[in-house]
Amino acid sequence: MGNPMRIRASVQEGMTEVKVLMQHEMETGLRKDADGKLVPAWHITELKAVHNGKTVLEGQFGTAVSKNPYLVFRFKGGVSGEKISVNWVDNKGDTRSDEVEIS
Amino acid sequence: MINLERRKALKTGGGIGLLAILTSVGLIQPSNALATYEVIAFDAKSMNETLAALGVNTPEDSMSVHLTVPEIAENGAVVPVTVSSLIDHTEQIYILVEKNPNVLAANFTFPDGTESFVTTRVKMRETSMIIALIKANGKFYRTSKEVKVTAGGCGG
Repeated sequence: MGNPMRIRASVQEGMTEVKVLMQHEMETGLRKDADGKLVPAWHITELKAVHNGKTVLEGQFGTAVSKNPYLVFRFKGGVSGEKISVNWVDNKGDTRSDEVEIS
Repeated sequence: MINLERRKALKTGGGIGLLAILTSVGLIQPSNALATYEVIAFDAKSMNETLAALGVNTPEDSMSVHLTVPEIAENGAVVPVTVSSLIDHTEQIYILVEKNPNVLAANFTFPDGTESFVTTRVKMRETSMIIALIKANGKFYRTSKEVKVTAGGCGG
């Protein structure tokens, strides 16, 4: 299981804004370590955000998304107290899922 | 304890058919399956190769696509990018970095009800154009801006 994400979701005038900070090294596969060896690519490949059983965002990341990926998106609807979950998968098969209540 | 078959499947998975492999070893239930990871597009090394992999012919320059990036990025490892599309029925937003070793940085899919807007942060190896590519109603639109990079971001 990957490292926990920080998620903030708040609703204003019928629009829920979600901010996510994921924890992931996002290695490009082009970096060399102290011994001069290439560090293998290791990065989140896919993500999905779900609200009330409905997918509200899907994303695919290549190696050029920054370390500890940051994401902001907005969707219509959402009520305080309802849950948003954000889920990701990386290229090694690791996964992470976190959930937060809309404030 | 993870069994050897699963370990082998995961090891050989890489990016190809990742979804199929994860599903077959039970890590993803088919009903939760995400869209097929666009391996070929993410591996493409040039703009032309990337656009070809995405099935894009000649994207139309559009003033309805707003791209917000810094003029100068002091740290090429963390360059904030915001894309907003005012085009009706925007389905996808792609973020491309022209001079990166792999041009396609990320893509996002917007179901009905989700605003065609996203903010994220990308790595840039050097000063380059950032291109926001939009897919709406099956057609492609684009806009681009140059970002100057003073310290490259691929950690080399």
